[in-house]
Amino acid sequence: MNDSTLFIVIVLTFIGVYRLGRNRAQALAMAGTRLHSLPSHYGVLLAMWAGLPVLITLLLWRLLEPTLVDAMILRQLPETVRAGSDAQVQLAISMVRNIAAGAALATPDGFESSVSHVIALQARMVLLQAGVLLAVALFGLAVCWYRFTPNQAARTDVERMVRVLLLCSSAVAVLTTVGILASVLYESWLFFGMVSPLEFLFGTHWSPQISLRDEQTGSSASFGAVPLFAGTLMIAMIAMLIAVPVGLMAAIYLSEYATDSVRNMAKPTLEVLAGIPSIVYGFFALLTVAPLIRELGTALGVSVSSASALAVGVVMGIMIIPFISSLSDDVLNAVPQSLRDGSDALGATRNETIRQVVVPAALPGIVAAIMLAFSRAIGETMIVTMAAGMVANLSANPLDSVTTVTAQMVSLLVGDQAFDSPKTLAAFALGLVLFITTLALNYVAVNMVKKYREHYD
Amino acid sequence: MTDSSLSTRQKVERSLARRRATETRFHALGFMAVLFGLLSVVVLFGDILLKGSSTFRQTVIVTDIHLDAQFLGLTPRSKEAHIRRADFEGLIRQQLHAAMPTMTEDEARELHRLISIGAAWQLSDWVVENPQHLNQTIRFELLADHLVDQWFKHDRRKGISQRLSDVQLSWLHEWADSGQMYTRFNRLFFTHGDSQEPELAGVRGAMMGTFLTLMVTLVLSFPIGIATAIYLEQFAPARQWINLVEININNLAAVPSITFGLLGLAIFINLFGVTRSTPLIGGLVLTLMALPTIIISARAAIKSVPLSIQEAAYGLGASKVQVVFHHVLPLALPGMLTGTILAMAQALGATAPLLLIGMVAFVVDVPNAISDPSTVLPVQIFLWADSPERAFIERTSGAILVLLGFLISMNTLAVLLRQRIERRR
Repeated sequence: MNDSTLFIVIVLTFIGVYRLGRNRAQALAMAGTRLHSLPSHYGVLLAMWAGLPVLITLLLWRLLEPTLVDAMILRQLPETVRAGSDAQVQLAISMVRNIAAGAALATPDGFESSVSHVIALQARMVLLQAGVLLAVALFGLAVCWYRFTPNQAARTDVERMVRVLLLCSSAVAVLTTVGILASVLYESWLFFGMVSPLEFLFGTHWSPQISLRDEQTGSSASFGAVPLFAGTLMIAMIAMLIAVPVGLMAAIYLSEYATDSVRNMAKPTLEVLAGIPSIVYGFFALLTVAPLIRELGTALGVSVSSASALAVGVVMGIMIIPFISSLSDDVLNAVPQSLRDGSDALGATRNETIRQVVVPAALPGIVAAIMLAFSRAIGETMIVTMAAGMVANLSANPLDSVTTVTAQMVSLLVGDQAFDSPKTLAAFALGLVLFITTLALNYVAVNMVKKYREHYD
Repeated sequence: MTDSSLSTRQKVERSLARRRATETRFHALGFMAVLFGLLSVVVLFGDILLKGSSTFRQTVIVTDIHLDAQFLGLTPRSKEAHIRRADFEGLIRQQLHAAMPTMTEDEARELHRLISIGAAWQLSDWVVENPQHLNQTIRFELLADHLVDQWFKHDRRKGISQRLSDVQLSWLHEWADSGQMYTRFNRLFFTHGDSQEPELAGVRGAMMGTFLTLMVTLVLSFPIGIATAIYLEQFAPARQWINLVEININNLAAVPSITFGLLGLAIFINLFGVTRSTPLIGGLVLTLMALPTIIISARAAIKSVPLSIQEAAYGLGASKVQVVFHHVLPLALPGMLTGTILAMAQALGATAPLLLIGMVAFVVDVPNAISDPSTVLPVQIFLWADSPERAFIERTSGAILVLLGFLISMNTLAVLLRQRIERRR
């Protein structure tokens, strides 16, 4: 039985049990008995008693089954393999699994018994699973069926259950943050057990790839992340140099000067820039902007790297324009009209009003918008992965190729990885730095906006 | 100070010209900023369209093929498996030879390189469906190699050539001039999975992967997001819990998407042992990414349901749960759907977290279940953008056009839905 049939069977059973409970209550009601709740409540209650234990059992089963099967395969493996290292045993287990699933063609000598055992085991597991699930469902059904009385408070029970389910859903967001923090902190902890945090934060040499070969582990790989931080900052700065003036001026123009028709046309079009996936910007930077800047440099007699920070920064800046423009637009519109009227009455021109009254009044909100955009620029991954360099240069020249924190995270984690090597764990340490930085920026920005709102509301 | 002798009025009048000039400059600056933004949109779309629109045409060479049953070792009653094993590649070579008997062996090899290896598969597919045409001569469109395709679509008019020899070019010119070589709609691009050969590479696999991943995301994130919104707006008893959840939602909305990949890798894959590279794990990770957007929009939708409706329901004796699920939820649903579509559009473009959970594998087969190894459209774009072949750059742009097409239609749907809600109010 595969997953989709199982799913359909479970759903159908749910519906069937629901109707069973509802019809029973309905029949009683027809016969003139007064029920505490609506018939459908009794149906839902019965379905919950039968269904929820099944779902929980299924979840536990899915979590535990692989470990169990692995242990059983292990006992069946030939002696020679079992005596080998952990990695060899793991390899043998996964091979047996693959052969049993029909993925590999030939069965190597000595493995026939384990393979046939696994096939038999899996068949039995499916039967056992179905049996256990059925038993659990029937037990729940029976308990609820016999507890049934006409004045049983089915509605209260059902509604209590609904509240619990809703509460659990709202916990998912909290659990996600906890999950991110826990995974990043734990792996970083392991990493800092191998590499000193001081070397990581202040070292100027980054070459994690060398540790790929076993004999060199730890000896010549170096994890000084300063070039990464510098590269990230440089690219983000270039992006802000484009996005802040353009975004801010566009917001001012749209909120203070533009007619309604221009505004209604231009605002959604600008927001299209925010809706385009960053992979598209990456492609644009890689194949259009970078060659363009390189040719321009050659024409001017300057040597430009083919993966220059400038190209990446410019494209990232274009991507970030709408973040700044729409957030600033909102805060500019929130400035009370009376301030503008007062300034106009004193004889100020439009731009004097804007520069000396409106923008200073909206400044906290604008700064917050810039900070949010900056955190977006630091965390942007695809543009830099595609168009920025992979070699960690410590350079202040925007025409050089630099690498960033996110680009290195991708290059460290894509492909095969061993989870105990400092190379993989380094990515989590970088993730920790990134997480803390963006969180701090957002925290400050959000509070700033809140304060500013209180100021005018 | 000469100014002190002037009256205020005179001072103002003197400065007026300068101030007006500043005003004009400022106005123009603002206009230019907006223009720059709009121009960026146009250039971006134009560039991708220019690079990618030719993906949807594929060059073919039409030629007479005699389906020599004896050469193929087939009879009209041959089984499908038997037909698939027959040497159609050899047949095509033999027929091309027959057209040009004076060729040297080297020239023959160069001639074969102009035809894609996919041509033989297509011919065998055709014969499987039309076995009665064995031993007859048919006109068949042979799929051209990607070098030929690029030359015919781009270089021919410019009179240049890349990686094609003189003798190959002379044949190509002959075919092009005689009308034997032309382009037709590139159906393969939408029916094939990935391939090493650019002319056989398509987005079908990636599209299916994206579809399955988004389905998992939708099935998980829609109920959880809406349940969270309902709880926070209608049931949550304690202000502290609401605050805690709110802070977490805002954090998740602002955290870089790549950190969700770290979570997926460390918790889902390493701790829970979910198989990597599948739509299941991709959907799980994207669910966490989509939740903040859905929750925020769903809360706004619930807030906008008039209190009078809820009070009327209470007045008729409905319980809290009944009021929420029978009256608030149906009225808030369109607004919730709008937010959900936008969240799905975001998830459609997400690439970075999926790279970390192994959806970058080279997958030829089209995935059919959420546990099959697969890739998604944006990751397919990432993979193709890395290839040095010129034809792959064209295909990358083509895949981007497909992706943007989906995004635009999803966003349009959301906008239309929102307009309908606003009109009804």
